[in-house]
Amino acid sequence: MQIFAKAFLGAALATLAACATPEPGQNFADPYEQRNRKIHEMSKRMDTNVLRPAAMAYGKALPEPARVGVANVASNLSLPSTVVNGVLQADAELVVNNTLRFVINSTVGIAGIFDPAANMGLTKQSADFGETLHVWGAREGAYIQLPVLGPSTERDTVGKVVDAVINPLGLMFPPEAIPVTRGIKVADVLGDRYRFDNTISSTLYESADSYAQLRSVYLQNRRYELGMSAIADETAYDDPYADTAADPTLDPYADPYAALE
Amino acid sequence: MSEFIMTRRGFTVSAVAALIAPALPAFALDQAGASRLVGTVVDSINSVIASGKSEAAMIAEFERIFIQYSDVPTIARYALGVDARSASAAQMSAFTQSFTGYISRKYGKRFREFMGGRLEVQSAKPVKSFYEVRTLAHIPGSSPFDVTFLVSDQSGKDLFFNMFIEGVNLLLTERDEIGAMLDQRRGNLDQLIVDLKKAG
Repeated sequence: MQIFAKAFLGAALATLAACATPEPGQNFADPYEQRNRKIHEMSKRMDTNVLRPAAMAYGKALPEPARVGVANVASNLSLPSTVVNGVLQADAELVVNNTLRFVINSTVGIAGIFDPAANMGLTKQSADFGETLHVWGAREGAYIQLPVLGPSTERDTVGKVVDAVINPLGLMFPPEAIPVTRGIKVADVLGDRYRFDNTISSTLYESADSYAQLRSVYLQNRRYELGMSAIADETAYDDPYADTAADPTLDPYADPYAALE
Repeated sequence: MSEFIMTRRGFTVSAVAALIAPALPAFALDQAGASRLVGTVVDSINSVIASGKSEAAMIAEFERIFIQYSDVPTIARYALGVDARSASAAQMSAFTQSFTGYISRKYGKRFREFMGGRLEVQSAKPVKSFYEVRTLAHIPGSSPFDVTFLVSDQSGKDLFFNMFIEGVNLLLTERDEIGAMLDQRRGNLDQLIVDLKKAG
C-alpha cells in the first residue's frame, strides 16, 4: 500500500508539474471531461444504490446527538494531519489552535465526542496537503472526478495521496485500532450524506447537468476555502450593473473568481 | 451549503417590519441600509416558516419576498447569460417570469432545513457599484458558516442581487444550470420558458 502510494505520488507530482491551465475564457480546466463524466455517472449509480440508502438507514438508526458525536470524533481524528500541514504551511496560529483542540477534545471532550474547545474560542480550522501545495504556489490543475472520493483537482488529488502517507494517526494508535478509525470515517461520510441529503440529492438528481453543477459548486467552494474567491478579494466580484448599456452578459465566464486563477 | 437561514428572534420584529417597511422613505444605499435589507429579508422568510403553512403556500410567500427584495430582472438576465443578448423583449419578460417561479420553488422547498438557525450580520462595505453584506449563519449541529449578500440600489431601490454560501455564488450556479437546460433544448429559449414553469 505504502509502496503503491509512493509510486503514485511520483507519477502524480510529474502530472502536477505539467498542470493543465484553463482555456481562454474559461475559469477552470477540464481536459478529462469525457472520462470524468463516465466516473460521475458511476458515482451517481453508486450513490443511488449504496451510499444514499446506507446514509438514510444510518440517519434513521442514530439520533442526532449520536451522529454529531460521531462527526466530532471523526473531525478530532483528522486534527493531527491538519497540524502536520499547518507546520508545512508555516501557519503557527493553525498549529497551536488545532493542537490545543486535539488535546482538549481528546481529554475533556471524551475521545473527541464533544467539542468543548470550540466554546473556548478554538474554532474548527481545516488544512490538507492540497492546500499546502497551494500555499507553496502549485496551481489547481485540471478538474478530476475521482471514483468513490468525488470531485477534486490535479493538485488536490496529489494532496489526498500525500495526506494518506503523512497522516501521523497511524503512529498514535496500535494497528488494531485502524479498523475502528476507518469505521468512524465511513460513519462520518454517511452522516454527512444524510445531513446534506437535500442539497446533494437536488444537485445530483434534479440538475439539468449534474456533472457541470457539481464541478462548478466544488471548484467555487474549494477556491473559497483556499482564500481565492471574491469573498477574500473583492475585486474579483462580478458586477452585473457595470456597463449594463454595453452588455452585462457578453462574457458568461467573466466570473467572480476568474481574475484569481 | 444552505440557501436561506432565518432567525427566530425576528418573528415578532418581522410583523412590525412588514408594517413599517412600505412606509420607509427611499434613501440612498449605505452600509446600514444594506445590512437592514438583509435583516428584513431574513425576518420575512423567518415569519413564513413560522406560519406553519403548507409547502405550496410557503413557496408562494417566498416568491413574493423574492420579488419584493431582490432585483429579479438583473438576476434573470445574468442567469440567462449570452442568450439574453439575442432574446426579444417579450422573451426576456416571459423568461424572467418563469425563472422567478422556478427559483421560488427550488429554494422555497428547502426552507425547513434552516429552522432554528439565525443569521448574524458581520460587516457591510461598499464594493464596486454595490454593497457586500457578510453574515455568519448559525444552524444547530453545524459550525457557523459564511453567507454573503450583494446589495445594490442601481435599480432605483435597495435590492439584493446575489448571495454566496461558503464561496458558492448562487447567481453563477444558476447561470450554469440555466445554460445546461438551454443546451438540452438545443438553445430553444421558448421551450425553456415553458419548461421552467414546471421546473424547480
